[in-house]
Amino acid sequence: MPERVEKRGLSGGVMFLILVLLLLLAMLLSFLLGRYPVPPKELFGIFINRLGFNIEQFWSDTQEVAVFNIRFPRILMAVLVGACLSAAGAAYQGVFQNPMAAPDVLGASAGAGFGAALAIYFGLSGTFITLSAFAMSLLTVALVFFISKRTKGEKVMGMVLAGIIVSSLFQSGTSFIKLVADPTNKLPAITYWLMGSLVGATNKEIKMIILPMIIGILPLILLRWRLNVLTMGDDEAKALGVNPGKLRIVTVISATLVTAAAVSVSGMIGWVGLVIPHVIRRVVGSDYRFLMPASIVGGGLFLLLVDDFSRNIASTEIPIGILTSVIGAPFFLLLITRREETR
Amino acid sequence: MSIEVKNLCFSFGDREILHDLNFSIEKGEFVSILGANGVGKSTLFRCILGLLPDYTGEIIIEGKNIKELSVKEMSRLVAYIPQNTSPTFNYTVEDIVLMGTTASLGVFKSPGKAELERVQWAMEKMGIEKLRKRSFNRISGGERQLAVIARALVQQAGIIMLDEPTASLDFGNQMLVLSQAKLLAGEGYTVIQTTHNPEHSYMFSNRVLALKDGRLLKSGAPKEIITKDVIDSLYDISVEVPQLYDDRARVCIPSNVALGNEI
Repeated sequence: MPERVEKRGLSGGVMFLILVLLLLLAMLLSFLLGRYPVPPKELFGIFINRLGFNIEQFWSDTQEVAVFNIRFPRILMAVLVGACLSAAGAAYQGVFQNPMAAPDVLGASAGAGFGAALAIYFGLSGTFITLSAFAMSLLTVALVFFISKRTKGEKVMGMVLAGIIVSSLFQSGTSFIKLVADPTNKLPAITYWLMGSLVGATNKEIKMIILPMIIGILPLILLRWRLNVLTMGDDEAKALGVNPGKLRIVTVISATLVTAAAVSVSGMIGWVGLVIPHVIRRVVGSDYRFLMPASIVGGGLFLLLVDDFSRNIASTEIPIGILTSVIGAPFFLLLITRREETR
Repeated sequence: MSIEVKNLCFSFGDREILHDLNFSIEKGEFVSILGANGVGKSTLFRCILGLLPDYTGEIIIEGKNIKELSVKEMSRLVAYIPQNTSPTFNYTVEDIVLMGTTASLGVFKSPGKAELERVQWAMEKMGIEKLRKRSFNRISGGERQLAVIARALVQQAGIIMLDEPTASLDFGNQMLVLSQAKLLAGEGYTVIQTTHNPEHSYMFSNRVLALKDGRLLKSGAPKEIITKDVIDSLYDISVEVPQLYDDRARVCIPSNVALGNEI
């Protein structure tokens, strides 16, 4: 009997470990990919050198710059953004008891898009575009919260409806800015930003967003068991000793924080938050004890792979937001048409 | 655990649902709440569970006014078995039962070995240990009900409240679920169910609360409640209530049928 108890804990845990290993492997291999050739031997040398072992330099300075100033932030950014979007998606799906919920249900993406468009329109620099997107994203969700407090009837439904209303408002705001923006340089910049891309990720950007990401993702990890109880509905959750209102607010704020941080540096990258938690659910089950950490790692892995693809497949980069949809849509189709496995 | 309800009134807007209810329930009782649709059974049920806090009067469980209890404290006293548990996501039976341990865990904690042992014990007790790894959504209605009862046991609350536990079950599963509930009452759990079946309440419970128009029509032993007078008045139809097998069972038969008239 006890070994059956172990089995479940292990299988979720083993799956998680496999994902972690895959992610580490993918990160390592991603350093080898790129226009400027850095062969494995040189890459190894650069790493060893950075770790404090003094060895004679047999690689070029350009290679070192490519590895640390270009590839490192790019790879880390892809992993962080993917992890955040996927974690937020998993969290929102639980909170709204709806497997179709995505990180943008409460308007985080629409707000970020508006903030970025506004900053670009006023000719602000990259840092301010990120800040503006981040701030508007949080503001939008705060507005949604404020409105949903006043809705009558079911709380969850009120929140979703408020999200739709506010999102649509900010989207039209973005459209208006595009309409009046200078079509030679600003309009393309806005359009490109909205497509979602990790081009030009810098260590500075990483430093800007990593804190809100950690602050947001920690509660999602710590509260993951309780998220299970929340998916049973408010009455049952309450009878099981969980305060549904409080847990929902904490979860939504945390998920919004990571979404805002991710979207503010990457633009609109769709599908990750919706599809990855679904795939992960098939692999480790619905229990958030395993689902949440595995979604985080799986989201990072997925976006890293797609980004590798996006920066290496053609001579000009394909915006990653386009690729995630191109890969995500048929994948999702496959998922929903295939018979659900009995677990 | 004992429950005391004093002067309980509840209104939705200006519509009064419950009017001045007074009763008490002792530890180890199996109480059935009977009443027609819309008489306030569910409202009463939800008030006792602490899900509807806007009542007037007092509900006292184990000497504590439930209005002063936190969600967590409340869950250590009362467990809830809804009419239908249908999770959005595909949980295993074990996952569902394990959720009963939440109240005994710290906020940031996940269940571990000790909790899994409690789950094992409760599932064996309900005779469903073979279903551990099965998908909760794919087992039968009766098995689901037993799993949720196991969850209530894991929750370690002394009062178990079942909302129409047999409403969507076949006859065999109805008997199975109710006899398990009766066994628990025998072990000292206080069991309360709402039901639409007077015959079940006669067979399984040791006290019946008959509710009509938000008032307590009558409360007492099943022998006093499952009678022609009370059932007639409770459901506004005329029935015959014959006593069977030395009065170990009673059935309610519409008078038209009993007297051979057209229905």
